[in-house]
Amino acid sequence: MDLLIELFSEEIPARMQPRAREDLKRLITDGLVDAGLTYASAGAFSTPRRLALAVEGLTAESKPVREERKGPRTDAPEKAIEGFLRSTGLTLDQLERRAEKKGEVFFAVIEKPGRKAADIVAEVLDATIRDFPWPKSMRWGSGSLRWVRPLHSIIAILSDEGGAQVVPLTVDGIEAGDTTRGHRFMAPDAFRVTGFDDYAAKLRRARVMLDPAEREAAIRQEAANLAFARGWEIMPDEGLMTELAGLVEWPVPLMGVIEQRFLDLPPEVLQTSMKEHQKFLSARNPKTGRIEGYVTVANIETPDHGATILAGNQRVLAARLSDAAFFWENDLREARAGMESWKEGLKAVTFHAKLGSQADRVERIAALAREIAPAVNADQDQVEQAARIAKLDLRSAMVGEFPELQGTMGRYYAQAAGLPDAVADAARDHYSPLGPSDEVPSAPVSVAVALADKLDTLTGFWAIDEKPTGSKDPFALRRAALGVIRLVLGNGVRLNLSKTVGSQIAFLFSQLQMRGFEEQVVSLDALPDDIATDARMRIEARMVPSDPESGVQGLGRHEKWGAQTTSDLLSFLHDRLKVHLRDQGIRHDVIDAVLAMPGSDDLTLVVRRATALNGMLASEDGPNLLQGLKRAANILAQAEEKDGVEYSFGADPKFAETDEERALFAALDAAEPKIAAAMQAEDFPAAMSAIAALRAPIDAFFEAVQVNTDNQVVRRNRLNLLSRIREAGRLIADFGKVEG
Amino acid sequence: MTSPEQADRPRCFQDVILRLQSYWAATGCAILQPYDMEVGAGTFHPATTLRSLGTRPWAAAYVQPSRRPTDGRYGENPNRLQHYYQYQVIIKPSPPNLQELYLGSLKAIGLDPLVHDVRFVEDDWESPTLGAWGLGWEVWCDGMEVSQFTYFQQVGGHDCRPVSGELTYGLERLAMYVLGVEHVMDMPFNAPDAPIPLTYGDVFRQTEREYSRWNFEVADTEMLFQHFKDAEAECARILDAPAQDSAGRQIPMAHPAYDQAIKASHIFNLLDARGVISVTERQAYIGRVRALAKACADLFATTEAATGTNAGDAA
Repeated sequence: MDLLIELFSEEIPARMQPRAREDLKRLITDGLVDAGLTYASAGAFSTPRRLALAVEGLTAESKPVREERKGPRTDAPEKAIEGFLRSTGLTLDQLERRAEKKGEVFFAVIEKPGRKAADIVAEVLDATIRDFPWPKSMRWGSGSLRWVRPLHSIIAILSDEGGAQVVPLTVDGIEAGDTTRGHRFMAPDAFRVTGFDDYAAKLRRARVMLDPAEREAAIRQEAANLAFARGWEIMPDEGLMTELAGLVEWPVPLMGVIEQRFLDLPPEVLQTSMKEHQKFLSARNPKTGRIEGYVTVANIETPDHGATILAGNQRVLAARLSDAAFFWENDLREARAGMESWKEGLKAVTFHAKLGSQADRVERIAALAREIAPAVNADQDQVEQAARIAKLDLRSAMVGEFPELQGTMGRYYAQAAGLPDAVADAARDHYSPLGPSDEVPSAPVSVAVALADKLDTLTGFWAIDEKPTGSKDPFALRRAALGVIRLVLGNGVRLNLSKTVGSQIAFLFSQLQMRGFEEQVVSLDALPDDIATDARMRIEARMVPSDPESGVQGLGRHEKWGAQTTSDLLSFLHDRLKVHLRDQGIRHDVIDAVLAMPGSDDLTLVVRRATALNGMLASEDGPNLLQGLKRAANILAQAEEKDGVEYSFGADPKFAETDEERALFAALDAAEPKIAAAMQAEDFPAAMSAIAALRAPIDAFFEAVQVNTDNQVVRRNRLNLLSRIREAGRLIADFGKVEG
Repeated sequence: MTSPEQADRPRCFQDVILRLQSYWAATGCAILQPYDMEVGAGTFHPATTLRSLGTRPWAAAYVQPSRRPTDGRYGENPNRLQHYYQYQVIIKPSPPNLQELYLGSLKAIGLDPLVHDVRFVEDDWESPTLGAWGLGWEVWCDGMEVSQFTYFQQVGGHDCRPVSGELTYGLERLAMYVLGVEHVMDMPFNAPDAPIPLTYGDVFRQTEREYSRWNFEVADTEMLFQHFKDAEAECARILDAPAQDSAGRQIPMAHPAYDQAIKASHIFNLLDARGVISVTERQAYIGRVRALAKACADLFATTEAATGTNAGDAA
């Protein structure tokens, strides 16, 4: 049999339709299968006013099921027998008595006859409608049913060669039938359908294109044709395209031309304004490179071929773009005048109650960016300048209207202010990378400001203990951390993160204390020397001179300077690094082995080491060498525990008894300086091949030599030799953390 | 070429209003008059907020002058006003053909949905100050938002059972579209061929200038802060008063209390326009108004449940 379901309602939000189609298909087909039916195929469809499902090849009834349940013995207490009757729903004379080894036992034999598809469909559809997982649902009128918007009618019909049959079902007063309606305006009358093919065909005649994919394809095709006729092209926007298909039952794309007076607006402004306010597709003229037209998708064919509709849209667009042009011209005037009022305005914008205003944040970013500049080969003054102007567009009228244009406008306004291109570009690019696939900036000034921006966010929220927990990450700190990682790795930046982060967090604590948010206090002396020095400089440099209370001496009282907070943030960064590298095929245990080494706060170094180690472990020598290193470490650890000493020095070839021992001495003599030199030079592949050269001698050694002999001199010597292996490994990574 | 649609078009602002009044009167709505207090939107009228609570059927339509002090532009912006008119329809329970009724009202003012592109675009409504929310759409006509269409789910923190359907038309914007006017001040207010033809500007240009100045620059903020506190206190006092009056009659006073909540809300809007409420304080003030509105809704709901009549009706 074939099943057709239609749930006809008032307008379903476009953004909810794709998920609703999937949910309808899943809930119904799962329900049918759970109830013992099978089907060949199913397809779900939606328009703004209907959700529909077609199921083909559905079995006409479910198979009968016979269930046997063993009960108590026939001489069991009455209560036990009553309980069994209750649980099976049978009466005593319906039970069977069967002789078993231990006596006569009651059996309940429950025959569940096959059920008709119609009954099952009615049950499953009723449950599906009542429990449908809309992201938001509502009640209406006096009813109690919830749906995304008022539900008006239900089609539920089963059909086969013999004809169609309505599934008997009533949900909150709505009785299922075989009737629907066409386009709201062009074909509003009700009509009956007999099955899916009939339904889809009659809908089409009633000016409804049922399949969203078909509507989207039609919009795409017609928009492209309209643009082509003028020598233009449609700017790609997949999200908008899908949304448009969800807003109409009968797509009628209409092309309009943007008035000349608006063509000088930046293309991003035109595109954003038209998309956000009016859901227009933008059309670009490749000859001028400008956006000069738009496509609006109407839901109706009119006698005047859309002339009235287009004229109306044109008017609304003109009003919108007049606003945009007004913002743009005012903003440009302010930008050319030096953006002073915006600078002032940032003081009034709270970034976070504890972390101060946007202006405070800009100060911190500027100082941090200046410090980072040398590490990315950027000019310090230019970096500071860029950091100071990068957020100013937040005060512009245009970004006030279209927040998603932040940065984009910043670049235009910086250019208008006559600032260098590198500075203007940084205003646009310092927010990047935003998503995992967003491009990473590579211009030095942009990189410095982008890093400072994200590090300020991370250190700031860590300092006030607003870290992400579980699925909650309201300040997008995971994204900021991934941004730092991708900026550092993408540009090969060498940055001592614990120093940068540590001194910044210490500085933030001093600020928090000044503002009265942080009461715990000790001394900067609790910090490692280099971090303490940095922090002191930072605090002195940024202290408000007129505030004698906040002198550095006063800060000596601070209880803790965030050493714990700093290491906490670094391990957060390391965790994000592991996730990032795992996606790139580097094993997490390999990263752990490298992170255990000094210099783990230099992410570029960590990744280069991990990459080389990953490669070596995957090579032919890798697994055996790893086993050899681990075996050496294990034997040593056991002996050291037993003897209570550390074997670390004094292996002497003169106590060697076998060729294999002597060969290992020779190999270590050759490898050790090579590994050390290569590590020093950060030539990790060379270090890896140097240690890989030990594989054969180590294998041969363990093959031929018994370490724990009775001769204590020889044994000690061999243990000390093993410690040379361990040390050679430690030059590269903590191999104990590598699995396998 | 003159289409039948053009021939039947309204000719001026008041014509649009009169047609809406006749249309909704014909559907059976009680045509109420505006509430005699300053409000930010037609929803604040007790005919909507309070009457959407409880179970008794209700159908009303009215024009409500609305004040949004921050939107003042000294009468210069073609679309923005600090004082404008909303047309409000509220029907409880929402009838199954509410969308059709609404589309009929568009036809009545000359917008034929067979010539125009009328669309229902998702827009969920929420009023933090009223503790209210609902689901519905903004209605687009040829890409312009002409109405809000909402099924109330909660008001004053109470679930709406039954659900009211609410329609709100921004009258100036709608009329400008119907009349083909670019600047609100140029819109004919009465018939262009009347003995004394008046434009919207003739009626409101000067008031927009004066109120914009007062809203933004002159209003005494100390006094307004005090008025806010006074309204808040009086609202609480009314709600706390015993339900029995001196003669022993049962007369709880949800409506007078609600007036004070409306007053507090408008004073907050004025203070906001004067720029003396910081971002953090904002939320706190909205919360205070919401607390008042909720308390009034509570009292209205219990009164209504107790009396079984439309509470507050003059007897």
